[in-house]
Amino acid sequence: MKNQKKSIVPTLLIGISVVFFVVMLVLPLVIVLYRSLKDGLALYVKAITAPNTLSALRVTLIAASIAVLVNTFFGLCAAWLITKFEFRGRQVLSTLIDIPFSISPVIAGLAFIMTFGRMGWATPFIDWINSTFGTDIALVFSVPGVVLATIFVTFPFISRELIPVMQAQGNAEEEAAAMMGAKGFTIFRKVTFPHIRWTLLYGIILCAARAIGEFGAVYAVSKTRGQTFTLTLEVDALYMAGGADSITQAFAVSSLLVIIAVAILLIKQVVEYRAKRTEEA
Amino acid sequence: MYVQLNHITKKFEDYEAAKDVSLGVEEGRMAALLGPSGSGKTTLLRIIAGLEQQDSGDVLIDGKVVNDVPAGERGIGFVFQNYALFRYMTVYENIAFGLRVQKRKKEEIDARVMELVHLVGLDGLERRYPNQLSGGQRQRVAFARALAPEPSLLLLDEPFAAIDAKVRKELRLWLKNMISQVGITSIFVTHDQDEAVEVADEILVINEGRLEQAGAPIDIYKNPKTSFVAQFIGSSAVLSDFRGLKGFEDVPAGRQAVVRPEFVEAFKSDNEKFKSLIADTESGVITNIAFRGSYLELTLDVNGIQLTTNRSLERRPVHVGNPMCVLIYRAYILDGENTRIYENRRLEGVDVESL
Ligand SMILES: Nc1ncnc2c1ncn2[C@@H]1O[C@H](COP(=O)(O)OP(=O)(O)O)[C@@H](O)[C@H]1O
Ligand SMILES: [Mg+2]
Repeated sequence: MKNQKKSIVPTLLIGISVVFFVVMLVLPLVIVLYRSLKDGLALYVKAITAPNTLSALRVTLIAASIAVLVNTFFGLCAAWLITKFEFRGRQVLSTLIDIPFSISPVIAGLAFIMTFGRMGWATPFIDWINSTFGTDIALVFSVPGVVLATIFVTFPFISRELIPVMQAQGNAEEEAAAMMGAKGFTIFRKVTFPHIRWTLLYGIILCAARAIGEFGAVYAVSKTRGQTFTLTLEVDALYMAGGADSITQAFAVSSLLVIIAVAILLIKQVVEYRAKRTEEA
Repeated sequence: MYVQLNHITKKFEDYEAAKDVSLGVEEGRMAALLGPSGSGKTTLLRIIAGLEQQDSGDVLIDGKVVNDVPAGERGIGFVFQNYALFRYMTVYENIAFGLRVQKRKKEEIDARVMELVHLVGLDGLERRYPNQLSGGQRQRVAFARALAPEPSLLLLDEPFAAIDAKVRKELRLWLKNMISQVGITSIFVTHDQDEAVEVADEILVINEGRLEQAGAPIDIYKNPKTSFVAQFIGSSAVLSDFRGLKGFEDVPAGRQAVVRPEFVEAFKSDNEKFKSLIADTESGVITNIAFRGSYLELTLDVNGIQLTTNRSLERRPVHVGNPMCVLIYRAYILDGENTRIYENRRLEGVDVESL
């Protein structure tokens, strides 16, 4: 840029942004870490190794991993369909994908209870499966329910990252491959995938972050502490218990979530950096 | 006919992109689909390739109806308008792609790829990625990639559109030679008459989704069959004796020539802009002036030869009987089956396009 006369506006804007950033984002996180360690390391370790915490960590990781796997698969399918094919209902599908973005997670969770709960319409079907195959599947107030709710809430993340990139890429390379006799999956693997590698990874990271942090939807379908609670629910339960110790414990468990979040941010940075490097190469 | 379209129609929503098109291309020939932008050329090419499905009508290749044969099994090589090279593969991998799909042996693939790399003159560039190549080199890769699986028909969509005007002429001849060397039946799409005339044995003029006229370039210039063709091609003069004209003295005898109105410039002897070129002009007389809406069409008599040229309405008025200096930039010279573009020898070194 040209060396124009110094204006106060940029400085002012930067100042406001920094203050806002510190007050709204950094300070709360620092306080979480500070509070979690305030009463000593021993209490911290005890809090994060408590059976309820470990169970919650396990449920969170299970739900997030399955959500990422399922949404990677369906996100790829949906993005591929929407961007590479012309068909009736394409626009409708594209809109449906966004439903989880516009519906409050709590309502999504309640909808799950209505559908799969004791009075829900899918219950006779599940009962039939259970009695026929001798299984004991329960979709609400159970880990599978938590997993389903998490999948629902994080569904759009991957496809929404992929769609613009795949749209911009167009179909010409795929058509060129098809002209040479390549079939669907080969075309995807050899031609489409290299274009979307980094975008997909980026979508996966966002999806994982959102899955781990989810509260509302899992709150609706999960009621048993120590069995179906996720980390966010455990934090809430500890905090609501209200004792001085339990509040410190709530901060300790929160710090776990913060650490996971920071780790994800770092991975995201690395991915973005690598993606930019390959773009330029 | 090796490739044949019978009564092909195609609609995009309400828009008719192909209206009952029937055409044929004989084995070993090089045909051009020529027409203005949006006339439906690409659509026809994609229907032949199987990338687009016609609403009705048949596509025949080598006598067999291929309507239900998927694109990848029609034995067609396709060069896309912007080449559609695989960005994340090297030149080598691009060319090898079709062979790998066919699960050919490794040594066979290697031999075929290197043969093609050599054929198109890209030796030493096998490890490059498409974004490390020039437009012309990319075109060569696209060409080699399309030919690698030994197709029996080659389709090219505006193969020169993405190339610098400067190298375009050179590449046209290169591609023509290359295709006749390989001997493959080919159809290419273009909106550029020079390109069609110079590269194709046969021109299929397309307008608004219809086939207007098909034939050898000379037939189309000699007898435009529809008013569209007449207009699109322009009122060209077809000459049999050419050698008396300045700048064309060394055209071999017995050749016919086509002079399009765009190739002719006529100006009064006191014109300032063309002063330096007066020595290279013929003298002619205006015999007819026709008003064509946005320009005038002048007919000139130059030593008994009738030439036409278009004149902008903004220039000085002219009248029948006015003497004019007539400059001919270039002509299409017909040499048996081939048509060559022949530039006026005396204008070498003059930047004609900028006048
Ligand atoms: N996939 C498509 N959907 C809708 N309209 C199309 C599609 N492809 C082509 N068209 C329309 O069909 C007409 C012919 O297009 P095209 O065959 O690409 O022309 P050309 O190659 O001669 O320039 C154009 O008006 C274009 O807008
Ligand atoms: Mg086109």
